Formats: sequence, C-alpha cells, structure tokens
Amino acid sequence: MKFVVCMKQVPMASELPWDPKTRTLRRDLAEGMMNPACKQALELALGLGQKEGAQVTAITMGPPMAEEILREAIAMGAHRGLLITDPALAGSDTYATSFTLARAIEIFCPDFDLILTGCHTTDSETAQVGPQLAEELGIASAAYVDEVTVEGGTARLRRVSDGFLETLEIDLPCLVTVNTTNRSPRYVPLSGLEDAFGEVNILSVGVADLGIDPALVGADGSPTRIVDVTAPRSGKENVVLTGAPKKIVEELLERFESRISGLIRQDIRKSDAR
Amino acid sequence: MPAQRPEIWVFGDYRNYFQNRVTLQLLSRATDLAEKRGALVCATVFGWDTGEWVGEYIAHGARKVYLVEDRRLGRYSCDLYVGLMERLARRYRPEIILVGATSFGREFAPRVAKRLKTGLTADCVGLDIDENGLLVQTAPAFGGNLLTRIVTPQKRPQMATVRPGVFREIPHDHGATGEIVRIDFPEDMPPDRVRLVSSERTLPVPRHLGNAEIVVCGGRGMGSKGRFRNLYELARLLGGEVGATRPAVYARWADEDALVGQADKHIRPKVLFSFGISGAIQHTAGIVDAGFIIAVNKNPKAAMMKMADVAIVADAHQVCLALIKEFKKRLRA
Repeated sequence: MKFVVCMKQVPMASELPWDPKTRTLRRDLAEGMMNPACKQALELALGLGQKEGAQVTAITMGPPMAEEILREAIAMGAHRGLLITDPALAGSDTYATSFTLARAIEIFCPDFDLILTGCHTTDSETAQVGPQLAEELGIASAAYVDEVTVEGGTARLRRVSDGFLETLEIDLPCLVTVNTTNRSPRYVPLSGLEDAFGEVNILSVGVADLGIDPALVGADGSPTRIVDVTAPRSGKENVVLTGAPKKIVEELLERFESRISGLIRQDIRKSDAR
Repeated sequence: MPAQRPEIWVFGDYRNYFQNRVTLQLLSRATDLAEKRGALVCATVFGWDTGEWVGEYIAHGARKVYLVEDRRLGRYSCDLYVGLMERLARRYRPEIILVGATSFGREFAPRVAKRLKTGLTADCVGLDIDENGLLVQTAPAFGGNLLTRIVTPQKRPQMATVRPGVFREIPHDHGATGEIVRIDFPEDMPPDRVRLVSSERTLPVPRHLGNAEIVVCGGRGMGSKGRFRNLYELARLLGGEVGATRPAVYARWADEDALVGQADKHIRPKVLFSFGISGAIQHTAGIVDAGFIIAVNKNPKAAMMKMADVAIVADAHQVCLALIKEFKKRLRA
C-alpha cells in the first residue's frame, strides 16, 4: 500500500517575539515546526503503515527551510519526502495550494491508496486544504478523523462530528484529515535521526517539474486576495494590580465591586456595607 | 438562469438546531449585507421532512428558500450536499454563499468552493460590503496578533465560513413570508462515496461555554491539573463556565469542549477571568468580544495582560485561591 501524508511547517507561535512598534509577531525570527495536526496524521500513517506494510511518503510545500519537517518525518519513520518549493508559489491560498499538491501527487505518487493530512494548521487554521485536495484528485474524503483501519480495499474511519460519533467506510483511494487530540507522536529513535541526517530520500521540486503554469499558482492563481492586515483592538487603558494575592483580591473587589456585582448579578459587597 | 437580483445564500445547517444557531446568525448578518448590496437573502435546505427549518429560516430573515427534499437526503451527507450545492449555484448564480463553521460546514464549504472554482475564507469574524460591492471577509490569521481582510475580486460566488457565535440572530418573526423554490433531487447525482456504518449521539455537553455570561479561563500558567481544578470551584461560585487554552487541553487539565480560541469556541462573556494565559492569537481571537477582562499572570508584558481591563501581576494559582476564599465569604447568603 502507499500512503501520502501532506504536512506544513508552521511558526512556533509560543516562541515568537512580539514587536510592539508594528504590533506584529516577528515571523522572520520564528522557529519552524511540524504543524501538530500534521504530526498526528503522520503518526496515524506510520502506525497503520507498519500494520499494512505501506510505504509512507511525506509531502510539504513551502520555503526551502520546510525540508526540516520532511527530515523529521523520515526520522519518525516515513520512507521518503517530497519538498515542493518555488518562489512562484508564494501567496498561494488554499485553492492554489491544493491544486499544486494534487499535481505533485499525480506525478510522484499516482498509485496512492490513502492520503492523510492534518485537520488544520496552527498558523492560518483554515482546515480547507485537505478537503480541497480530495476534490482536485476527484476522491472521497472525511474530515476530523480519529481512527483509521484498512480492510480489503476499504478504509474504516471513526470520528466525532457535531456531536455524533460516526463510523464511516470509504473505498480506497481516499483522503482523511486527522484530528489533533488522540495519538502521542512517537519519539524519534537514534537510528531514525541517523537516517534523517544521512543520505535522505528527499526530492525537491519546483513548478516547472510539476508541469504547472505559474499563472495558476501563487498569488496569481489564488481566487482570494488579502486587502490588508491590521492589529485587532489595541490594548486598553488597563489597571495594573500588584502585591500579595490576598491584598490584590481585596483591592480588586473594592475598586470594582459594583461593576463585578452587576456583571455576575450577585451582591459581593462586604456584609457591613449592606 | 441567474436570478435578477443578486442573492446571498446561507447554507441551512439544521442539525443540532437547538444548540447550534449559526444558520440563524448568518441569516441575520446576510440581512445587513443584503441591504447594502440591494440583494436578496436566501437559504438552502437539503433534507427530508424539513418543513420546520424552512419556516424557521423565513422567520429569521430568509426571503427565499431553495429546497431539495428527498428521502435520500434524510441524513447529512457531505458528498451529496456538495453535489447539490454545486448544481444549484451553477444554475442560480448566487453572489455570496455563507456557511456555518460546524464540523460539517468546514468539510462541505471547501469542497463546494473548489468545485465552483472560487475562493473561500475560513472562520470569519467579520463580514461587510465595500464600496465596490465586494464581500470583505475578516479572518484572524498568520500566527500574528492580526486580523486579515480578504476579498474574492473576480470569482463568484464569494464564499466564507463563519464560527458559531460571531453574529447575533434577529428575533423570530412569525409574520415573515418567503418564497419557496422546490428543486427535484437530480436523478443523475453520483451516489454517496462515504458509507455511514453507524452514528450515535455523543453524550450531551451540559456546559454552554459559548453563551456563558461569566467565564473563568485557564492556561499553562495554572501549573498543574490539580491547580487548574480550582478554576471549576471559582466558576461554580460565580455561576460561570470554565474555558481553557490549547496547552491546558493538551495537558488534559480540561476537556476539549472547554477550548477557547480562534478555531475553537468563541465566547462573549460579560466578565472573563483569565488565569495564567499568555495570550497567543489562537486564544485571544476567541475572546475579543469579552466585556470586562480580569487577567492574572506573572508576566506583566504578556499579550493577555495588555488586553485586560484589570491586569493582576501575580501567581495565577494564588490569586485563584484568594478569590475563591473571598467570594465564598461575600457570597454567603
């Protein structure tokens, strides 16, 4: 069997330095990491792949540094990586991204059985690339999947969707987007690290290699356009309280007691004031 | 056969009707947009025995309902609904399609957009019409403390998904009337490729974090599961609900239902207590509508502290305990 895991490198948001002047995060200083949901998708693919004897291909699209997550994927147990990188891809929205990924899969893994993606990324959180990739490839898909088993030519899936616990069956080939909460990703074994940083099976391709017209990808190939980016509501004139917790709480309730009373609809004035 | 007047469509997502009011919220926002655009607010309803929803949508602002009723649509099916929406949109050419960002909507909308070769903006927190008549879609984005405004200049329809709870529904109007356009289920529709083997309701969640007036939120700064548990005590005293950031949920201090953030629950409490939360955008995008924010963090420079009305520079756990003690004293009947 052949599994494909599509993954994205995202900035490690918790480590991002904040620039108070521009009110932006310094993305240029950001460390990249494998998007957590993508890691879950990879983990699911590797676990299932071991059982089914499947070859696992990790694919990412991004700047050259995104190769890091392919190395990580190989260290975890993926067999090969494909990096799609090209300046022409900059500014791709989910429409153009799913188009590009589909063309790459058609060329480099046309006989795939199962495609797995993270259900969403931590940077833009659209959750759109997975379902749109399925549409591009003309295959069925299911989103927010927790468990996958394969039997014969059929994938059996479990997921919780809008308050329903569902068991689904889809004939292969198909695509699933994998939920974030279930599996603990495996530790990277030392041998895996050696594999990942030795002679690795990572191929790097650009749009020309994929036979793609550059006008169909990047900002030009994207139906959506960003008008502007603004900082939401700037900091309030906030009251700062410091000191011992007991003192702070007394001060808080003293200064805001009528307000808090009104908000929680309960009288919190001290009894002697009633 | 495009309609004479531009149409704004709202996808009728009627499953879990009593908990999930997103369709009504979108009809309300669509009504505002329609006024600016001189457009007609329409709903689409796919299903079987759907009279109840058709009436509800008209009472909440839909002036026209495109209705496909068939036994084969008796259960939610992404494959079939995508196919139907594609065909309807090609035939009637709506200018805008809005979809609630339920689990279903988040799978359905991207596929519809792809088939119609148009753009889609996820998880909008704002929708407006600009001077050129374009739908301006505001979405929190890019791991920065940022809101991005996005348009789809050329392609039609313009499509957006919107989180439940972002807009307010307009009151039910019994007197409202609307046209119902019945469309037969197309006999040449390809069969559903996804077979539903079983489906059972998960246990209902008694909590209604999304509309709680008082929310006590905790993050990594609470330190441990045992300490985090005190937040439930505080919330109980105040008659509120507990929310959590991703790190707190990943650490299993709180259930996933408690997740508050951009891609999770949006909350709009009158008062928000925030304990040990640094204020990453993924979280703060979900609390921008909180009325009065009291934040506790050791780090006065944390983004959450800047957003707060009252910023308490101290250990979150200690302040939580002190608040519990003080409220217990004062709330004693």
